[in-house]
Amino acid sequence: MRTAVSRLELLQPRSLQHALRMLRDEGPLTPLAGATDLYVAVNFGTLDSTRFLNLWGLEPLRRITLCGDTLRIGALATYTSLIRSRLVRQRLPILARAALEVGGVQIQNRGTLGGNVANASPAGDTLPVLAVAEAVVVLRSVDRERRVPFAEFYTGYRQTVRRPDELIVGLEIPPVEGRQWFRKVGTRAAQAISKVVIAAVRGSSPRIALGSVAPTVIRLSQVEHALGAGAGMDEAVHRLDQDIQPIDDLRSTADYRRDVAGNLLQRFWAETGGLSS
Amino acid sequence: MREIRSMLNAVGQSVPRKDGIGKATGQARYADDLRFPGMLHGRTIRSTIPCGRLAAVRLGFDPAGFTVVDHRDIPGRNVVTLIADDQPCLVEREIRHVAEPVLLLAHENREALLGASVALEEEPAEPVFDPERSPTAFKTILIEKGDLAAGFAEADHVVEGTYCTGHQEHVYIEPQAVIAVPEDGGMTVYGSIQCPFYAHRALAVILGDAVARVRVIQTETGGGFGGKEEYPSGIAAHAALLALKSDRPVKLIYDRVEDMLATTKRHPAIVRHRTGLTRDGRLVAMDIEVILDGGAYQTLSAVVLSRGSIHAAGPYRCDNIRIAARAMFTNTPPNGAFRGFGAPQTQFGVEVHMERIAEALGLDPVRLRERNLLRPGDTTATGQRVGQDCAALEVLRTAVRRSGFRRKRKAYAGTGRGIGLAMYWHGSGFTGSGELKLASRATIELTATGVRVLTSSTELGQGTRTMHAQIVADALGVPYEQVEVAMPDTGLVPDSGPTVASRTCMVVGRILQRAAEEIRAKLGDATPAEYFRRHGPLAVTGQYEQPEWIRWDEIDYRGDAYAAYAWGCDVVEVELDRDTWEVRPVRVTVVNEIGKAIHPALARGQVEGGTVQGLGYALLERVVMRNGAMANAQLTNYIIPTTLDTPKLDVVLLEHPYDGGPFGAKGLGELPIDGPAPAVVNAIRQLGIDVRGIPAVPEAIREAACASP
Repeated sequence: MRTAVSRLELLQPRSLQHALRMLRDEGPLTPLAGATDLYVAVNFGTLDSTRFLNLWGLEPLRRITLCGDTLRIGALATYTSLIRSRLVRQRLPILARAALEVGGVQIQNRGTLGGNVANASPAGDTLPVLAVAEAVVVLRSVDRERRVPFAEFYTGYRQTVRRPDELIVGLEIPPVEGRQWFRKVGTRAAQAISKVVIAAVRGSSPRIALGSVAPTVIRLSQVEHALGAGAGMDEAVHRLDQDIQPIDDLRSTADYRRDVAGNLLQRFWAETGGLSS
Repeated sequence: MREIRSMLNAVGQSVPRKDGIGKATGQARYADDLRFPGMLHGRTIRSTIPCGRLAAVRLGFDPAGFTVVDHRDIPGRNVVTLIADDQPCLVEREIRHVAEPVLLLAHENREALLGASVALEEEPAEPVFDPERSPTAFKTILIEKGDLAAGFAEADHVVEGTYCTGHQEHVYIEPQAVIAVPEDGGMTVYGSIQCPFYAHRALAVILGDAVARVRVIQTETGGGFGGKEEYPSGIAAHAALLALKSDRPVKLIYDRVEDMLATTKRHPAIVRHRTGLTRDGRLVAMDIEVILDGGAYQTLSAVVLSRGSIHAAGPYRCDNIRIAARAMFTNTPPNGAFRGFGAPQTQFGVEVHMERIAEALGLDPVRLRERNLLRPGDTTATGQRVGQDCAALEVLRTAVRRSGFRRKRKAYAGTGRGIGLAMYWHGSGFTGSGELKLASRATIELTATGVRVLTSSTELGQGTRTMHAQIVADALGVPYEQVEVAMPDTGLVPDSGPTVASRTCMVVGRILQRAAEEIRAKLGDATPAEYFRRHGPLAVTGQYEQPEWIRWDEIDYRGDAYAAYAWGCDVVEVELDRDTWEVRPVRVTVVNEIGKAIHPALARGQVEGGTVQGLGYALLERVVMRNGAMANAQLTNYIIPTTLDTPKLDVVLLEHPYDGGPFGAKGLGELPIDGPAPAVVNAIRQLGIDVRGIPAVPEAIREAACASP
């Protein structure tokens, strides 16, 4: 049964500082931007929060800029703006590619990068991209700002280091060297949630991240190390098996995910081989 | 007059849809667009266990402003009347499935309604989920032809196999929706309803003497596919009970989750074949077992089983056949009508089996089918002699030629592409003497500007209004624009039978054609408007007349099962991604013989829509049942194809007129859903993967590939 939304409370901050004060003084609050994940829970009647903070109007958080060598993407940048951004397409084309595969156009117009990160779903389409790009999550509270490496941001299934008084304000992405590769497996051409999602970079040392195969998005550090050291594909796939912990769920099976993850790893390596070193 | 009539030909032309402008401009009014003074919103409280007893109901809200209804508020009988009166309108004690309606609430504020909590105290008992282990059969059917033992004695080869199909959800765009309005001592129900007279009968039983009169009016409907055939009767009753108690209009609309969780789906099936063949591939014995999972109440399972059984041997001639079929009780929400009505399940079985036979005997799959397809004069499993319009061979040959099947079959061998085909047929109208029992009627009346058609046939998007108007226009010799079609309103229209079973064109259209001819004779040389001006109103009501040759034995399942059959062949080309085990259909050739395409664009629309729905059934649509409930009751996780998943479709319509149908037309609505699933699976087989069940989701294809040698 659908959640009765009139019983929910929505706070409307006028500015980022105002939002941060509300978080500190009137919490606990669930930040809300595009609401694309929240509405699924509303419709399914599984929404567990009752008080929300509406970030949608905080325009400064939408910017996508280059600061020195670092690509800065505001938390409220929508998938559509990622797809359209020349900076994103030049520096991290697999982020635009991942954004293109999120939901349909309506979801892409509303859903935000910060929301995808904050929602902390292991199936989040942009998360493997941010993992291989070694992005930094910028968190702000009323009195401080801190930068958390993406690899340290998630602590467990839908768990992050974000404190209740903090907001994700943006992501900082250093230059990425090497050939970028992305693949989402969702079984239909659009409007799908990933069963396996992989992002990878073939640079001087390879970087590979997978979604939907563990409680959080994961970097395959053992596989990266092995491939970087010149190990063969059998060895890499063997290590992949140790790195991932896929499960059976509504959308797929552990066996399938394990198999497909291995196949995509091989596909990545084969397709990017021609350009390496 | 002759000359004028020959100039008019709406039939065979893709004239503008009667409902087109209204739908395109947003003027069409669906149930949720309707408002009535003082209207309340309704909500259904449902069981949460698959089997057991209801011990107590506790309201967790202040009842002020609420109308609360339970089974004790039912003035008539607590039953949703259909074939068997086994399904209660509201649970009294026994719970047979998850999401069974227990209590009804109404309030003027939807939000207050959603916020109201109700605690059910339920005592669980041991449920039955496996239809093969169920102790209760709703219906068994045995079809026997010839001598099976003698057939097997003659056989050089015997091939066996088991084929399984899953649930399928209708996913009509508009969910279930009704509004009950108490009016002048009576009860009027507006709704997204396929069969207004089914709802009318159910309401009369449940409301009993509490109302003077019941009226059901179809609102503009956003798709049905069978899902709004019998199920809305219960919802209409729920809204009417709330309206009766509150004495206010009550709107009851399901959201998508509730709709998927609670309402009917296509019956899952297990089909077993044991087939005897001669060395050169002639069918000499077909032993077929069909098991349908009926769910917790009978609904239409007996009839679904009937149609499934009759189509189970496929469009093939064989002298010795036994088809033993049963529909079983399980503790899951009842399965019900869905486009195809049992035939897609059994034809999946026989067509995948035929492909395996070709493989086992080393025969060309086209030649195996050619050898065995029904020709005019051959008899079906029930002993029906098929007529001159039998087009099985022609649809096969056209599809094979048109798709380049043989060339591609060779070219794709050993690649990531596969090509497969499936033959199918579909009987039009109710089975056997069903149409005679329905005794459908349809009326045409003169108006100041032309004529008006009055039937209970509903427009569900498939084109009922347009197609009926075309038939009447040509039979009467008036321009199509001068024919109006009334909305089905049980207070105004005669009972033309339900809008199901691919019967609306062939059966109801034929009644209209005859009524129009009768009016034409009365008009003389006058136009309808001239006659109306001179003589005043004139109406003619036609009634179904069964072709005199039809003989049907309901007990032994022998005889003329359907007045006509439409024929089909699908060729599907697929591409397999061996990294992800995803199969994408890249091209589908559909050849359908339908007697006459009254409206070619609408007919193609039916074929294209049915084909894509069939591709979803084959490859994507998986209902995940956990403890008797659909666990993925969201469009997020129940995957239907989108336009991006739709391959190139090459549709060919052939016309072998059936003389009992209007302008030669047969039924079309269900035909195209019979073919895609077996054709897809047969294409996957060419890739060396032995799939015998659907949905063939990537996970299943991978498992089959790992198991295949």
